[in-house]
This record gives sequence, structure tokens and C-alpha cells, in this order.
Amino acid sequence: MQIFYDASADTLTAALSGEIDHHCAGSLRAEIDAALYARTPKILVLDFSGVSFMDSSGIGLIMGRYKILHPLGGELILQDPAPHISRILRLAGMERLARIRTSRKEVVS
Amino acid sequence: MKILNEFRCSFPANSANEALARAALSAFLIPADPTAQELADLRTVISEAVTNAIVHGYRDTEGEVAVCLRMLPGRVLYIRVADKGCGIPDVAKAMEPLYTSAPEEDRAGLGFAIMQTFTDSLHVRSRRGQGTVLTMRRRLGVQHENEA
Repeated sequence: MQIFYDASADTLTAALSGEIDHHCAGSLRAEIDAALYARTPKILVLDFSGVSFMDSSGIGLIMGRYKILHPLGGELILQDPAPHISRILRLAGMERLARIRTSRKEVVS
Repeated sequence: MKILNEFRCSFPANSANEALARAALSAFLIPADPTAQELADLRTVISEAVTNAIVHGYRDTEGEVAVCLRMLPGRVLYIRVADKGCGIPDVAKAMEPLYTSAPEEDRAGLGFAIMQTFTDSLHVRSRRGQGTVLTMRRRLGVQHENEA
């Protein structure tokens, strides 16, 4: 999986793509963390618009990044998940850790 | 119970094969024409089951994961995922949401919760040192006729 980054002011956006499972979660984690520590943004946006599949490995990935950001006062935003990925995010209670938004409107406050 | 169709495969407990298991399930379900949501749910379920076998069953060891898919009458999909790994010492504990034996790998501990939510039944048989067999069933909705 390739990650595309966009950094502006205090926000780092990581656009994920393809399938997120246990097989690729380790390398994703290492890559995102390297960008996080290099830029120390206030807001990390994980853009799921290009993600076609995600299982609980993706939830672990989100929780782990939250644990890094939260003590530093940072915020995590999960952007544009497909409907079946939204279901897993809700099932895992991710709205308690992060804002879930579509590029048009917020779906979970 | 009569088995309408069956697919069996086994593969090394290599994480690259998680995607293979999802692809096999997708292909097996083509004749049943599931909805997008059913397909997404079931791909997630088999991914969780196979990942459990690889991460927890065979942690740091080699072994085989065996998958059996069956289509049963009434559009019931049967999924069995078996490993001959270390087994689960306490199945009830393992099924608690957020419990994981691998927190250092950012495992969320939600595999069983997802499998239970996305299937109609989940059965776990595990013996320490001998392995684990997960069997799940999910009834698919009524097949819609193709609209021209």
C-alpha cells in the first residue's frame, strides 16, 4: 500500500489506499509514525477514501496513532470511510477517539 | 445437512494469505450473488478468523491454516477456519471485546466481536497445544432477480 501525504500548517493528511489488514498494518504503522514524529502535527487526518477493505487491524492502527497523538494534545480525524468501513469504525467505538467526517459533512459529532 | 457446494483449501500461516482467503471467499460467493454489505461483512469475518490463526494460533511458528466454505440449503454460508497452533487457553476471555494477547502489535482485540456481529452463529473449539477450530454460519438474504 502506498500512502500519500499532504501537510499544511498544523495538519498532516495521510491518504491510505487499497486493503488494510494485518499483513500491511505493520508497515503502515511504521510509515505513518515516521511522518508523525517528523512533523508533529496538531491534527492527523487519515483519509480512507481510497480504502476498499479494512478489518480490525485497521482499528488497531487507528487506536495506536490515537495513543501517540492524544498525550501531545493532537487530534485525529478519520475522513471519507466507505459505508462498510464506517460500520466497523462505529462497532469499535472509534467516534470516541476521533472525528469521523466526510468531505461534505460531519457524520458523527 | 445437505451440502450444496463446498470449497476447501489450506495454506501456510503467512500473513500474505489473509488476502488470499478473502479472495477465495469472494469467488465462492459469486453464484449466491450476495449484497455488497453481505460480501463486505463476510470478507471481514474470514479475514479476522485467518488473522487470528496466524497471529495467535501460530505466533512465531510455522503451520497450516485450513479453510472450508460450504453453501447449505436456505442460502446459509458455513465457514470453518482451523489451525493446529497453540490453542486458546481461555476462550471466554479471548472473546471479550478489547481483550488481546498481542497488544504490542496494535491488535485491537475486536476480532471475535466483529465475527459475532457479522455472522448468525460462531462456535469456537480449542485445545491448548492442539489448535483452534472456528465455525460460523451466516444466512444470506433472498436472492434478487437480475433486473435488465
